[in-house]
Amino acid sequence: MAKSILLVGVGGQGTILVSKILSQGLMKGGYDVKMSEIHGMSQRGGSVTTQIKFGDKVYSPSIDKGEADILIAFEKLEAARYLDHLKKNGILIVNDEEIYPMPVSSGLAEYPQGVMKALTDTIDNIKIIQATKIAKELGEPRCHNIIMLGSMVKFLGVKDIDWVEMIKQNLPEKVHKINIGAFKRGQNL
Amino acid sequence: MKNLLTGNEAIARGAYEAGCLVACAYPGTPSTEILENVSQYDEIRSEWSTNEKVALEVASGAAIAGARSLVAMKHVGLNVAADPFFTIAYEGINGGLVIITADEPGMHSSQNEQDNRLYALHAKVAMVEPSDSQECKDFTKKAFGISETFDTPVLIRMTTRVCHSKGIVELEEREEASIKEYTKDTSKYIMVPANSKPKHIEMETERIPKLRDYSNTTSLNSIKYNDKKIGIITSGISYHHAREVFGDNASYLKIGFSYPLPDKLIEEFAEEVETLYIIEENEPYIETFVKAMGIDCIGKEAIPICGELSPQIIKESLLKEEENEILKLDLNIPIRPPALCAGCPHRGIFYEVSKYKNKIVSTSDIGCYTLGMAPPLGVGDTCICMGAGVSAGIGFDRVNQMAERDKKVFGFIGDSTFFHSGITGLIDAVYNGTNMVVVILDNRITAMTGHQENPGTGKNIIGQEAPMVDIESMVKTIGIKQENIRVIDPYKLDETKAAVKDAYEANEPFVIITKQPCALIKDVQKKRKDLYCQVDQEKCTKCKTCLRIGCPAISFKDGEVTIDENQCNGCTVCLQVCPFDAIEFNGESR
Ligand SMILES: Cc1ncc(C[n+]2csc(CCOP(=O)(O)OP(=O)(O)O)c2C)c(N)n1
Repeated sequence: MAKSILLVGVGGQGTILVSKILSQGLMKGGYDVKMSEIHGMSQRGGSVTTQIKFGDKVYSPSIDKGEADILIAFEKLEAARYLDHLKKNGILIVNDEEIYPMPVSSGLAEYPQGVMKALTDTIDNIKIIQATKIAKELGEPRCHNIIMLGSMVKFLGVKDIDWVEMIKQNLPEKVHKINIGAFKRGQNL
Repeated sequence: MKNLLTGNEAIARGAYEAGCLVACAYPGTPSTEILENVSQYDEIRSEWSTNEKVALEVASGAAIAGARSLVAMKHVGLNVAADPFFTIAYEGINGGLVIITADEPGMHSSQNEQDNRLYALHAKVAMVEPSDSQECKDFTKKAFGISETFDTPVLIRMTTRVCHSKGIVELEEREEASIKEYTKDTSKYIMVPANSKPKHIEMETERIPKLRDYSNTTSLNSIKYNDKKIGIITSGISYHHAREVFGDNASYLKIGFSYPLPDKLIEEFAEEVETLYIIEENEPYIETFVKAMGIDCIGKEAIPICGELSPQIIKESLLKEEENEILKLDLNIPIRPPALCAGCPHRGIFYEVSKYKNKIVSTSDIGCYTLGMAPPLGVGDTCICMGAGVSAGIGFDRVNQMAERDKKVFGFIGDSTFFHSGITGLIDAVYNGTNMVVVILDNRITAMTGHQENPGTGKNIIGQEAPMVDIESMVKTIGIKQENIRVIDPYKLDETKAAVKDAYEANEPFVIITKQPCALIKDVQKKRKDLYCQVDQEKCTKCKTCLRIGCPAISFKDGEVTIDENQCNGCTVCLQVCPFDAIEFNGESR
């Protein structure tokens, strides 16, 4: 049976880079991998999702509702939006970050209160990560995505994949050090 | 060597390995990355064409001249290219000609959901349908071969899920295909009635029967017998969805070569299995053919025509399985629609035009600026297809006049869209005397599809300098009078406001050209990195006027209006609308 990971976030949050690192690592680890990134108008602040499936053999790249083993949300409203894709006993890893959608920032809608509480009350396996905050502490706000990556790899149930090497292959040399640090911080959360 | 490639990257790799020499395209999701990747191979001459019709004509010319040529477009692009498509099918080729259509079941970022397999049927063009990245590469190479063997263009039909899914692909070496001899042959390459008539007959009596034989024998179409209670005929991504649902509990006829369809294989397969399902996305293309053969099957009466297919939908429609158990939250989750970015140069003009909202009709077009229709700006009455921002406005104006509606028409069109199909509309507007305003939003890039160069940007697909077509002089040449043209900086609201007023009051065709590069262009980002605006909380009265420009960097949070400095690029539109001077600009210069 293939395992499925759904990554969700807001355009510009770096979800696609994480998906890329994940799927390359899984391929190197000897798995069949399919990843789909449907990124229509996402650059303009919309929701973004990427779907990764891996196993001995993967057929359909799509992840349906109630099917994801792991849901990784880079923003909490997106976690709530895509929660219906998570398996009943799946794992949610969520960044404690709030990004207002346009209707909220222009005062036409409200950002719901108590998202984290609702998530915690509904899911048994939830891990809340302060990725945005830690990234700022590390002095590079953009590396929050790599912190998220670090925090999730242990849940994949795979061994012997050199994630640090994958990070190096996908990022320019001058940011290797900070991102490897971010990855390790994530692993220890 | 193995690599993880998207379907689009794999198509590009296939073209490279097949010895393709000329490739062109007009961008469009989900096809854009095909040419972006092809252009990275120095061996292939790659070009962004002005539109899909031009692209297909360039590729057709190159193929007739003897080179393996490729052209890529999104599904609606083939509508634009339909004219050459139908006739190059008659003529056939010399060097192989491969045409890629990337369809959008589910409409992730398109205006309609047309199924372009019907174009192959209609124009009688051979078609292949890859189902994953490995097949994208393999089928592209096969397609060049089929094209040359049967003297026909070949359509590769992709869908979003195939284009944008990565899978493992085995890479091979490039086989150089040399340029073929070109010999003048007017009966083949000049389609006048005297030549077209025999060509059409030849197509029907020779080429298509040969292609049908091929379809029945090629390894692109294959049968796998497992349990014979259920038999499934399927193609493209639907094959993988079906495999996921039925596994080895069903038999499969997987169709990779889908025009002409393999009648003999279908007949044989249908005889062997008890119940026959046709699993395909969108239109009943295979199903109609199977039913016309008098074979009983279950297709669209169970599987929806609309939207993208998934394993779950197949389970629910064919196996009557319940939905998976779903986790639900008791929360009101606001939508997160795409919005004009912080610092988007389209904002200023839409803000100024929005003040006339009740006095105008705005015919919009396709690009980032379509988002001007979203609240709070709300500018946009229509959006049909590329070019209609100008031409639909002409028609609207005619009827506004007849009905004596006191509403001026403002048409909106982006720079890339103007080159694609706005020029002809503008000529028509002038020629037929149209008292409308055309706003050309020149942000120096094709932004919506992810920043492709175009004839106005001064660069070609590989980033080399290229001649720059000047929109203003073109507008003048078309016949818009100098006094009816305004070229403005949309970051400057006073200038923008004055132009909109003049345009509204004009009694002749009027053009406003807004000039300011897209805020996401790398150089622009670099240049404006340290510029941002800030709210002076002492002066801010919370009147929320600044929220009316719809900037995602500005929000009203915990009783205060704040500007996110990371998103803000200091465009100062908010500063200019603030009635209380409560917004300050920070940074070196403006
Ligand atoms: C016939 C057709 N081809 C391609 C597309 C895809 N497409 C949508 S918008 C767009 C370009 C928009 O560029 P521009 O007009 O410069 O506006 P911008 O996005 O930069 O504001 C393209 C290529 C389409 N919708 N229809």
